[in-house]
Amino acid sequence: MNYHDLLKIPLAQLLAEYPYLEDFFSSFGLQLQAGDQTLQQYFDALDPDKLLDLGLSREQLGKSLHDFLAGMLSLEDSTEKVESLTIIGGYDKSGTAEALEITLRPGQIICIVGPTGSGKSRLLADIEWVAQGDTPTRRRILINGAVPDGKWRFSTEHKLVAQLSQNMNFVMDLTAEEFVRMHAESRLVTDPEEKVTQILKQANQLAGEQFRSDTPVTSLSGGQSRALMIADMAILSRSPIVLIDEIENAGIDRKKALELLVREEKIILMATHDPILALMGDQRLVIKNGGIARIIHSSDTERKNLAKLEELDNTLLALRNRIRSGDTLEVIIQ
Amino acid sequence: MRFLTVSGPPSSGKTSVILRVIEALQARQKKIGVVKYDCLMTDDDLLYAKKGVLVKKGLSGSQCPDHFFVSNIEACVGWGRENDCDFLISESAGLCNRCSPHIKDITAVCVIDNLSGINTPRKIGPMLKSADIVVITKGDIVSQAEREVFASRVKQVNPGAVIMNINGITGQGAFELTTLFEDASDIETLKGMKLRFSMPSALCSYCLGETRIGDEYQTGNVRKMEA
Repeated sequence: MNYHDLLKIPLAQLLAEYPYLEDFFSSFGLQLQAGDQTLQQYFDALDPDKLLDLGLSREQLGKSLHDFLAGMLSLEDSTEKVESLTIIGGYDKSGTAEALEITLRPGQIICIVGPTGSGKSRLLADIEWVAQGDTPTRRRILINGAVPDGKWRFSTEHKLVAQLSQNMNFVMDLTAEEFVRMHAESRLVTDPEEKVTQILKQANQLAGEQFRSDTPVTSLSGGQSRALMIADMAILSRSPIVLIDEIENAGIDRKKALELLVREEKIILMATHDPILALMGDQRLVIKNGGIARIIHSSDTERKNLAKLEELDNTLLALRNRIRSGDTLEVIIQ
Repeated sequence: MRFLTVSGPPSSGKTSVILRVIEALQARQKKIGVVKYDCLMTDDDLLYAKKGVLVKKGLSGSQCPDHFFVSNIEACVGWGRENDCDFLISESAGLCNRCSPHIKDITAVCVIDNLSGINTPRKIGPMLKSADIVVITKGDIVSQAEREVFASRVKQVNPGAVIMNINGITGQGAFELTTLFEDASDIETLKGMKLRFSMPSALCSYCLGETRIGDEYQTGNVRKMEA
């Protein structure tokens, strides 16, 4: 269906087929009423003075409608899945070649380690921009083994990377349920209610403390917010890559959070210096002087040590709970 | 000379975004000029000057800011040309949401921030709806879901624009935006060009300094709301 054909369809039929058109027009301050009138007739009948008041020209509205429908239609039949993401090495700040090629796949956890200012953000920006040798590092990024389509750079629906960091907060004045529903509706998913239930359930499994669906998102605790953000990102975000920046003390079940993202087939990039999180990863990229200096694959010995680290972590957690309940720590191991 | 108009609501991060882009352009040895339009006062010209950028400040004072802009921009473009700028960037705030400094065939950028509320994209007129590039700032402090919802609301009112997220503090995304600046409209003069959209009209007694309230003092282009 092209734009010119759409113009000839009666509004009643058009709205039944593309219900989101109503919201499109209302965002410009116009009402579309289902009837026998065609879109073209509706356009022609718009009062020029009213358009002027709304800051619109017929020409611009027509172009916007055309672009909007083209975007929506491409969203409906975009089935391309990211099966792999390849980073082809560039150069560090001194001009030394990285000389490497790494391929990441859905369900993998890749940790990024290195001091502040070492170039972690640039690496992530290279991925997000799908760099083709045109960034300061001259890295190249391939999707599914090939030079990707330009849409990954500029289209808001095809953003490659979803981000979560410690500094992020909810700012909308909505309850948790309303919030997730609004996100689902903006994504035009077919079963928003199901997604809402699913996300709230998952978030509560990740959060240390339970929360109700009618809690305003701005009243959630740090841990509950993080839990809701991760569950929402795993289930609703279209981005195939998830970037998690320092969730060390987030007050959530980090293991379950990562498992959820793995289950939802995300490629997980995690900037962390937490030994437990680092060992949960499949590999670690060591960033130095703006370049990837080394790739470490988590070894069997390291994985065995993970069990010990978790034991240590649980010991500390128990101590924390004792402090919380007013206990003394004169005896550490009970 | 490449020329761009950058506009956006007050405090949306226009100056920060432009400064980050300038850093990336300067790394490529480009000479940059900025014209900063404001109403009462601004110190942003000092921030630009600190970067070694050629800067001109225009304060509209008691005049309508966007009318002031359009009456002066042609001369400013001439100033940029005389000084051999590779890039000239005009920065102005859209103060009533119905004004827009964007010019036909001149690359138009609108800066809007994630904290401004999800209904804001609908409330801004041609400044946002007719921009070629929309830059969304302050994404580092809101959730992924809010970023996605906000971007989709922007997309709804300007589906043809390139929409980019830029962090005005760290500069994340600024390098990428710079590549779009490199493709901005290359011009000699604004002579004969037109605004993308007409500015809100007025010409009433209050435009001419009337301060008294009451029907008898209202003359000229006056519109009444239903009481």
